[in-house]
This record gives sequence, C-alpha cells and structure tokens, in this order.
Amino acid sequence: MSEHAASVEITNPTGLHARPAVKLTKLAKTFADATVQVALAEGGPWIDAKSVVKIMALKAGRGAFLHIRAGGAQGAEALAALAALVRRDFDETHV
Amino acid sequence: MSSVFDGQPAAPGIAIGPLVRLAQGRSVERAAGTAEQERAALTDAIEAAVADLAALAEQAGGDAADILEFQIAMLEDDALRDPALSAIAAGTAADAAWAETMAVQVAEYEAAEDAYFRARAADLRDLGERVLRRLLGTTDDDTFPPGAVVLAHDLTPSRFLAADWRGGGIALAAGSKASHVAMLARARGVPMVVGLGAIDADGHARAALDGATGRLWLSPGADDETMLATLSAEALEAGRAAAGLLHRPAATAGGQRILVQINVADPSDLEGLDPALCDGIGLTRTELLFPAGGGLPDEGTQYEVYRRIVVWADGRPVTIRTLDAGGDKPIAGLTVDGESNPFLGVRGVRLSLARPEVLAVQLRALARAAVHGTLKIMVPMVTVPEELEAVRALLDAALSDLAGRGVPAARPALGMMVEVPAAALAIERFEAAFFSIGSNDLTQYVTASARDIDAVAALADVRNPAVLRLIAEVAAHGERIGREVSLCGDAAGDPAIVPALLKAGLTSLSMAPNTVAAVKTAIARYE
Repeated sequence: MSEHAASVEITNPTGLHARPAVKLTKLAKTFADATVQVALAEGGPWIDAKSVVKIMALKAGRGAFLHIRAGGAQGAEALAALAALVRRDFDETHV
Repeated sequence: MSSVFDGQPAAPGIAIGPLVRLAQGRSVERAAGTAEQERAALTDAIEAAVADLAALAEQAGGDAADILEFQIAMLEDDALRDPALSAIAAGTAADAAWAETMAVQVAEYEAAEDAYFRARAADLRDLGERVLRRLLGTTDDDTFPPGAVVLAHDLTPSRFLAADWRGGGIALAAGSKASHVAMLARARGVPMVVGLGAIDADGHARAALDGATGRLWLSPGADDETMLATLSAEALEAGRAAAGLLHRPAATAGGQRILVQINVADPSDLEGLDPALCDGIGLTRTELLFPAGGGLPDEGTQYEVYRRIVVWADGRPVTIRTLDAGGDKPIAGLTVDGESNPFLGVRGVRLSLARPEVLAVQLRALARAAVHGTLKIMVPMVTVPEELEAVRALLDAALSDLAGRGVPAARPALGMMVEVPAAALAIERFEAAFFSIGSNDLTQYVTASARDIDAVAALADVRNPAVLRLIAEVAAHGERIGREVSLCGDAAGDPAIVPALLKAGLTSLSMAPNTVAAVKTAIARYE
C-alpha cells in the first residue's frame, strides 16, 4: 500500500502530545479514500494514522522522526496534507 | 492535634476551610445481561459520555475545551473500546470489561518514560470513570461546601471542571505538576498541592494549604490560620495592584519609562505567556539546547528553536546569549573537566573561542533566525575587547557562508554581557552594540564570594556599594554613547532590590516571567 511516503521531524517541545494527536487523526479521517499509516522507524511497526489511541501510544517525543505512508485514491493528497501539518508544528499557537 | 504535610507546589495560593475527602473507586453492582445487551450498554454509555464531554467543552472553552476534546477523540476511537467489546463477546459483563480495558490503558501511560505522557494517565482514568458512571447510573458526588479544601488521591480534569472552587483548594496524595488538572488549577487560580503521599485524615474536619510552598495543614492551629490569612490577603492585594500593570509598559512614579524584559531558557517557558507582558526578551539561555548526555544540537534544530522564540516576541527584540557553559554549567564532552576553579576557568566566550566549530554552528542558526524579527546576540564572560572582536569575525564568516549557500540570513546586533570586573571597570574599551549586566557573576567576582557557598552567600550581595557603583558607571557609559544597558541577573526580578538598580541609573531590566508583576509594581512605586 505504501505508494507514497515521507518522514518529518516532530519539533513540538512536548512531542506528539494530546492536541496535535487529535489534529493529526482528524485530518487523516478527512481522507476517506486513503489508508494512512505512521511509524517511528522506517521498518515499522506501522500504525493507523486515523486512530488517536494508537497515535498516543507511540509516545513520540520532540525530535522523533514521524514516517508517514499512504495508499488509495487519495493517498498522495493525504500524505501531503499530513506531512505539512507536522511541518507546521500542528499550527500550535504558543511557541 | 494539628498535623503538617509537605508535598509539591502545583498551583500557588492559599486556602483555608472545611476538609472534604473525595473517595476513589466504585461500589455499585449492576446485573449483567446477554452479550448483545452488554455490548449495547457499553456503546450507549460511551455515546452518553461523549455527549457529556461535548457539553462540558462548550461551557468551558479555551484550554479546558482542548483537554476535553482529546478525551472525546479517545472515546470515539474504536481502538479504545475493541478490547472491551471482545471481552463482552466472551461473556464478561460490560462494566467489568470496560474497567479492565481502561486499567490496562492507564497502566501503559503510567509506565511511560516521558513525564508528559505519564501525566495523561489521569485523562484516561477520567474518561474511563465517566463511561463507568454512565454504565452504572451513578453521578458525580461533587457537592462540597464552598471554600472547602479537598483531599483526594488524584483528581480528574472533568471532575475539576464540574466543581466550584472559589475560595477552595486541592490537596492530592498522587498527581503531578505536569497534569492537565494542575494546568487548569494554575490557569484558574485554584491553590493546589500534589504528591503528598498517603495521608491519614481521620478525625480532622478543617484544613489549610499553601500552594506556593506545597504545604498542607490538617486541623491547623489558630496561629497557622492567622499567618496564612495574612499572607493570603497580602497576595490578593499585590495581585490586584499588579493585574492593572501587568500588560502595560512600566514607568516609575516620576514617569521615567523602564524597559521590562524576560529571561527564558526554553521555548516552552513562553507557553501561555502574552508578549504584551514585556518589552522583549533580555536573555535567552541556550545551555538547555545542549543535551546533558552529550552531543551537540545541529544548525537546523537550533534555528527552529530561535525562530519560534523570535516569532513569539512579535516584533519585540529578542536577545539570545551564545553558549554559556562551564562554571556551574558543565556540558559533557564540551567543557573542561577537573579545573581547580571552574568559575575562573574556561567558561562562556572563553570556551566558545576554544571550540570555534561549535560557536560557528550557533552563529549560523542565529543569523538565519534573525530574518524573522529583531534578534540580538549577546556574548557572555567577555574580559577583553579581542574576545568580542573574535566573535564578530566568526559572525562575519557565518554570514558569508550562508550567503554563499543562498540561505536567507540577517546580521544580528552584537552585544556583550558585563559580568567580569575587568570589563565593567574599562567598559569604554568595548565596541559592543549593547551591554547587559550579569549581576550574579559580577557580584560574586567583585565580592570574591561564591553564591553557592552558604557561609559566604550573604557577602555576595548586589547591593554592596562597590557592585552598585560599577553598575552605575556602566549605565552612565551607555547613556553617554547612546547604547542600551540592561541587567539580567536574579537582582532584576527581586522587587526589594529593583529600587537600588533604578537609583544606579538602569532603565532596562530582564527577569524571570513569574516575577514581572511584582517588579512592575516596585517600579511604579519608585519615586
């Protein structure tokens, strides 16, 4: 399924914490025709980017690289949107 | 009998009132139905809990809404309920299945290495209990008298939000300063102490707590109550006076404008702070960027941190100090080990010039971040002009290197810290764009008294006339040549010392963010 892939650094001081995890999964869910998975290492384990429970279980800290892969009709689009969200530091308003 | 317990301060403030103990756990039994009925009971309870949370979030708004939004997203995720549903399919009752599933989740968060993720266990417990209450048909028993001091094992965010805390306080046996409920308590001014450990409160009906020191009194004595009530009234009055000044530019009673800047060590220090609080950042420490375990942060990592601080400042000047390691701030693999007197050894700019490759990375990152606002570079521990000039040459090299690679960059103003007496006494020799007096080191060098040796700490007083005279001379030099002179040591954040600094002619101070209110009040009172 991994037709599209990217890896992005998490720059938030508290890592991929509650608010960003909610934003990430909400965005992933808007792409109904894409399967999106994330992992902390290129070799996996890969988990469903639409599950906030699983994203939080990653416990990804600051400086971790989030590997993202996506497939399906909206795969390319989903990957671009998710990678951009992480690069924008999840639009966190505080520093 | 009065008893005193010490925990960790989580939210400042004083509360005195009736003691209320919140029970944990549940004792209600429910009759289990068929697997199909149990499955429906659990999904209905989750749906109802989500609706409760949504209503609560709408009411609360802001940070509280974000916290509840997270709980809603977790509850709506099938991954959370799947283990419970399969236990139900195997014949377990809905409440037992859910309780077991949540216990596993909570335990996983509690085992996390990272304090942030560990603190999320309380959120999981919160949403778990909410579903369970829906399933069992019980309600929150949060009816305690106004002004109560509530003692509990831990407290969940939704339980916090459901109660009226005016005049009251919270004492927790467990809990963490990093928990969502501690954040909420700080934001709403509810005094809170955490980490008290198991407390036997039998026979006590009244309690007092001081959230600033982390102390809890059960059956406080009349003396304790009087002392705390006085403290509380003073804090209230100071708070009222300061609230009016906090987000306004500071000026003395005589109308002299004083720049009030803040000291930061990490972008997270700025979280929740309104930039209107200050006239800029007078000191950004960069030592924390360098991990204790060794290794050096690369240019991109540093750039990102500097950029975020500059963006936060929203046009206000941001002064960033180049690495000030050594002395009492060793960094493995970088500072020199085993010096006989590290405070007089290879520290500050001396270390940076001994390791120019490390400084070069930092200067490139700073020049790149300078395009996003007003960034100024401050060099610590300068003793002779040649050191400042050597840094300037490295900055020139960094800028031409970036230009050669086509990387956007801007030249930051280059200033120096004045903390070595040799620099303070001959300040006119230094071609610096600005001066910032590091009063901690200047005081200990002028009085030959280390702050960390108790027996001589009293001698290390910034109000020693010799230290104040040096400060006044540096301030006068700046005034003559039209360059800013600021002061960024602990003295700037001490309202008892601020008048002496203003008298010495300083018009710019930089301090820890949590002292700004008190300092602005002291400035406003200065004639």
